[in-house]
Amino acid sequence: MAVNVETVSSGRGRVLVVDDDAALAEMLTIVLRNEGFDSRVCATGDRALAQFREYRPDVVLLDLMLPGKDGIDVCKEIRAESGTPIVMLTAKSDTVDVVLGLESGADDYVVKPFKPKELIARIRARVRRFEDPAPEALTIGDLAIDVAGHSVTRDGREIGLTPLEFDLLLCLARKPWQVFTREVLLEQVWGYRHAADTRLVNVHVQRLRSKVEHDPERPEIVVTVRGVGYKAGTAH
Amino acid sequence: MSGRWVTRSAGAARHALARGVTVWRRSIQARVVISTLLLSALVVALVGWVLLRQVTNGLVEAKTRSSVAESSRATAEAQRRLSAANGNDFDAGTQLTQLVSTLVSRGAVQGYEIVLRGPIAGSSPALPAGAGTSSTPGVLQTSIPGRLRRAVESSTGDDTSYTYTTIRYAAEADRPAVPGVVTGSQVTLPADGGTYTLYYLFPMSEQERTVSLVRRALVTGGVLLLLLVGGLTWLVTRQVVTPVRLARRTAERLASGRLEERMQVSGDDDIARLGTSFNQMAASLQQQIRQLEELSRVQRRFVSDVSHELRTPLTTVRMAGDVLHDARARFDPPTARAAELLQKELDRFELLLSDLLEISRFDAGAAVLDLEDVDVVDLARRVVESSRPLADHRGTRVVVRAEVKPCIAEVDPRRVERIVRNLVQNAIDYAGSDDVEVLVASNETATALAVRDHGVGLGPGEAAMVFNRFWRADPARARTSGGTGLGLSISLEDAHLHGGWLQAWGEPGRGAQFRLTLPRYAGDPLGASPLPLVPADATGPAAPGAGAPAPVTPSRARTP
Repeated sequence: MAVNVETVSSGRGRVLVVDDDAALAEMLTIVLRNEGFDSRVCATGDRALAQFREYRPDVVLLDLMLPGKDGIDVCKEIRAESGTPIVMLTAKSDTVDVVLGLESGADDYVVKPFKPKELIARIRARVRRFEDPAPEALTIGDLAIDVAGHSVTRDGREIGLTPLEFDLLLCLARKPWQVFTREVLLEQVWGYRHAADTRLVNVHVQRLRSKVEHDPERPEIVVTVRGVGYKAGTAH
Repeated sequence: MSGRWVTRSAGAARHALARGVTVWRRSIQARVVISTLLLSALVVALVGWVLLRQVTNGLVEAKTRSSVAESSRATAEAQRRLSAANGNDFDAGTQLTQLVSTLVSRGAVQGYEIVLRGPIAGSSPALPAGAGTSSTPGVLQTSIPGRLRRAVESSTGDDTSYTYTTIRYAAEADRPAVPGVVTGSQVTLPADGGTYTLYYLFPMSEQERTVSLVRRALVTGGVLLLLLVGGLTWLVTRQVVTPVRLARRTAERLASGRLEERMQVSGDDDIARLGTSFNQMAASLQQQIRQLEELSRVQRRFVSDVSHELRTPLTTVRMAGDVLHDARARFDPPTARAAELLQKELDRFELLLSDLLEISRFDAGAAVLDLEDVDVVDLARRVVESSRPLADHRGTRVVVRAEVKPCIAEVDPRRVERIVRNLVQNAIDYAGSDDVEVLVASNETATALAVRDHGVGLGPGEAAMVFNRFWRADPARARTSGGTGLGLSISLEDAHLHGGWLQAWGEPGRGAQFRLTLPRYAGDPLGASPLPLVPADATGPAAPGAGAPAPVTPSRARTP
């Protein structure tokens, strides 16, 4: 996990912590500072969006249960105006809660109680993309991917993807002949070194499809290989 | 082709028989109606038979009486007429012809036939025995039974004998044989003094017709009576059985979860009271189930809240512990050790908390399966790979012995992985230095995974207890891998959630085997496991004092 934090524009990675538990928020600040991140704490859901606009963080750590506006709504608001990575902090590991959080736009989630190293690894995996990519142009289906410019276009019109969705699509497009299992995608896109929750992949593939497919019900760009995983659709 | 037809019709017959047996077993109504019909048929047949007997006997007796009387009269008349003629007027042949023609014409009027036989051997000087035999045209001599002939020929005097026979006719007469009564007596011919025997054959076709009419009437009456009895029984049983069937259907709907189902009650007879009681039972059940559901909902809610409330501070403590742990090199030795202990125990606390939450999720019925088709062999290899550090640490090896083909089952991979991990870690804990084997096999309906260790084994009765919460094989033994004591309980719940089995076998000193059997499709019923519970190397004679193997499937292991 050698990430060169210096490449981040402000010098240090910025993390917005949205959590109502003061002790936890302070502890997070300490751990983040030790790891070389700047952070700011926001204790309520209502002020989260304003803080986000003002602070312009590289990653948002978002507790799902907040007084006032809850985490799911905050997540949707942020996602509506920015692709900034959001990592959910959740006390619930039940399928419904996790999927709900992911569907509202979170990129990843960490279940409380988490180990600090685990959290840092998740954050670093999300800011990894700030490493300068080599200029590269790829196509997948009828989409054109400009790797350096972080843009995906269809017939010249740009499709807005979050960085995570972009990474996912890029991963598939780079090796169109390969079928990626969910475990492999978790490792390459999310940076998990051990098998983790494959629901992450399922939810994000659905979201990606809803943006890039002509008909998300009959996907042609991100194709399911039954019993194995996903692969890039053949160009037509 | 006919052979095949026979086979097929035999098959159809067997099928029909099987269906008949099913209807008989299942339907009270069919049983009552059929039994009543059979009994009534027996009684009707008996009564009919007795009636028919009496009618027949009466008719035959009357006919016999009148026949005997008529034949006596006719014989006396003939004899009188013969005696009146002068014995020398005619020769014997002419007298015989006259006698016969007189009797034949009288018979034609009265409805009988005659047969004249004779003379009896030695009674006539002029004619040889039997030379004067004649009869009504067409009637065969064989119609007269030999017994009667002998009785009449040997009798003396005018008495008349009779018997029953079948009157047969010559082929050219073209008349069917009919039953009848035949009477016989002697006449003496004055012309030559010869004794002849004279037989009268009275056909009973009239009586036969009457009897068959009566029989038809009786059969018709009997069938109608049976239909009536059957119909009545059907109606009566229907009145009783219909509410019972309705109750059954309602009970089935209730059982399938439609708790608002009730029986319709009308009137206040026994059946209506049954319905009322049934409805009361349903209402009370519904109320209790609602209460339980509410309780379960509250429990789930509570668990969820506790989970959140506990986890947030634990996260803070955990992070603080980590910071202290990372900085322990700068502390004095006791404080550094304290930081280490804090870290270690926090791990255990975390594990315990998550296991407890998982158990309470099962108890609340909130556990759900996230199903996909998984190759259990792959999964086993993955778990074994991740358990390698622990196995190395304990100086043992874990080997997977699986079929070459993939063993696909529809499972929740997270849960099954947890089961296998628990079993493997458990086996490593107790294995000593021997290898731990993981066996995987499958067939069309099920996949089985067994974890075999050659460690201390299980004492008698312990195979059932290993799944109990917080159960320890030996309370004096230290727990080495830091298990919470809930692992096997959770595994058992996970197995049950799939509709699978988790069973244990063990003998002291011979090791233990845990076998997980999962249906090909989650929730399908399991027949047999592809792997034996008792390992092949342990089926020999038991070690002395080891007791019988204890294959136990705890339905739901619980400690109070």
